[in-house]
Amino acid sequence: MQVRTVNISKRYAGLAALDDVSLTVQPGELVALLGPSGSGKTTLLRTIAGLEPPDAGTVYFNDRDLSDSRIQDRGVGFVFQHYALFKHMRVMDNIAFGLRARRKNKPREDEIKRRVLELLDLVQLSGLERRFPAQLSGGQRQRVALARALAIEPSVLLLDEPFGALDARVRKDLRRWLREIHDRTGHTTLFVTHDQEEALELADRVVVMNKGKIEQSATPDEIYDTPATPFVFSFIGESSVIPVQVGNGRATLDERLLDLEIGALPDGPAQLYLRPEDVTMVTDGGPGIPGLVVSTRRIGGMRRVTIECGLARHRIEFDALAEVPINNSQRLTIRVIGGRVYGAGAEGYETERLAASATSDFKWAKAEGWLDR
Amino acid sequence: MSETAQTRKVRRAIGEGPATRIVLIMVALVFLGLMLIAPLLVVFVEAFGRGIGVYLQALALPDTMAALQLTLLVAVIAVPANLIFGVAAAWLITKFDFKGKSFLLTLIDLPFAVSPVVSGLIFVLLFGANSALGPWLEDNNIQILYAVPGIVIATIFITFPFIARELIPLMEQQGSSEEEAAVSLGASGWRTFFQVTLPNVKWGLLYGVLLCNARAMGEFGAVSVVSGHIRGLTNTLPLHIEILYNDNKAAAAFAVASLLAMLALVTLAVKTLLEARFAGEIAAQRRH
Repeated sequence: MQVRTVNISKRYAGLAALDDVSLTVQPGELVALLGPSGSGKTTLLRTIAGLEPPDAGTVYFNDRDLSDSRIQDRGVGFVFQHYALFKHMRVMDNIAFGLRARRKNKPREDEIKRRVLELLDLVQLSGLERRFPAQLSGGQRQRVALARALAIEPSVLLLDEPFGALDARVRKDLRRWLREIHDRTGHTTLFVTHDQEEALELADRVVVMNKGKIEQSATPDEIYDTPATPFVFSFIGESSVIPVQVGNGRATLDERLLDLEIGALPDGPAQLYLRPEDVTMVTDGGPGIPGLVVSTRRIGGMRRVTIECGLARHRIEFDALAEVPINNSQRLTIRVIGGRVYGAGAEGYETERLAASATSDFKWAKAEGWLDR
Repeated sequence: MSETAQTRKVRRAIGEGPATRIVLIMVALVFLGLMLIAPLLVVFVEAFGRGIGVYLQALALPDTMAALQLTLLVAVIAVPANLIFGVAAAWLITKFDFKGKSFLLTLIDLPFAVSPVVSGLIFVLLFGANSALGPWLEDNNIQILYAVPGIVIATIFITFPFIARELIPLMEQQGSSEEEAAVSLGASGWRTFFQVTLPNVKWGLLYGVLLCNARAMGEFGAVSVVSGHIRGLTNTLPLHIEILYNDNKAAAAFAVASLLAMLALVTLAVKTLLEARFAGEIAAQRRH
């Protein structure tokens, strides 16, 4: 089932929760709606389910316009963050609820029972059908909720922060398990998350949302490697930002030329976004940006170093090998070897380091004066 | 032994000193005895003071039986009516968003805020001979004031908030995600209500019904204004008690009072029994 939203808008008390959102999800696709709280991702999910009526716009399943379709008739499997299991019903009655509520093609009771046991097997909870929800762990409850949603053979599976209330370890297990279930059942699936790691690991496609708009919709690789907007860059992964000036296809920092190729960006002020891996330490005495170490912390096999550079003491983070000793207040020279520059219009450009021979003739060593203020 | 000493030490460390504790417990006990237990005992002691014969005689008076019948009739009409009104109001207020919601909430509290006597007067002004409705009622031969309908209406008004007030916080706390799950699974509104919403609030609902019933049988002020005190016709038990007492028939008054008190005690006992019987289920629902 293809899911399509066309120009969906929704306002709460004058604030735009969704602002003209159009999104197409292909049949069988597993899509993550990723964004900070208040970005509209849950509202979009609930609008697709029919739990929120949009102020404007249309939702389509394949070519069926759902504007006048009640939620009961949409056939969506909805999984809530806090499970929303029926507390007074046993696990098997929870899962059977949707089948028993059918008015047309209601299966016989023994058929329902067979389906329930089958689903319990799918979600690896066989033997727990007589338990009440309160007698289950959080991870087990969420699996019951998924089995309950799958029982009605939904055309679309919608999950609202499905792992948000679980601890880190269970969350990781369930993530892998959800992917397996999706691959086995092939439902068109949308899930909402604020956890970028979860989105990038689980989804075929990630839709990054901010302030009721879609910032970027792309594969996890594209989202990380070529973020379309500064927001996506800083929301996904670690980032440092320094304001630069662009002129003649070059970027300057405090009127000093950076060793960077800037594509077709128009002249004027711009922002240089850097990931830790876009910065290296200069150890051979070559040119670079001098800075002062303000803090270091250990992350796995690397050491994350924060230094202050430039007149306005811009903070830049990069990773150094753990065995290289680096102390606070130490002077270092760094070199930018990647990153992206975003102009005033927020259009993004890949930056590239200039050829080694073309390093600027500017003597960065002189700039050590920066540090002696 | 050392373990007990340990526990004792810990308990002392987190509690108050023995003197403070004794004083606090005494204050609580004295208050409880004076305000709750003593009055109840007095009712029964006075009722049975002149022997069981006098007691039964007082109860067997036709006026008393009529008052008992009327009280039960009023409760049987008022409680189910408020069950429906209360559940509907709580459902509307907690599961839907609409303009004027807080106004409606305030309105539900009105019978609590207004003195029962004033509530009774409101109905006298509304249905009385000098009101706008009065002549029309008279023309159609509908007797509301100084008759059973008036008593029922006043009782429904007075007991309206009990069930709604009991349910609203409970349903608010439970949110609507279970209902949303039910409709997303294809359940109709009625099915969702009867299979999901109602089971989730049944204990609060029971408590509300019991409170509502206790008040419906015990209401004095509003009913007193609208009833007209016609012996054997429009006297409920509380009104009947007052009449007996004013007639210097103290023993009979206390006998009837003990009947009313017993109805209340039975209500409370039923509630306690049900709670004990379903303790596990209640606990399971509160967890999570």
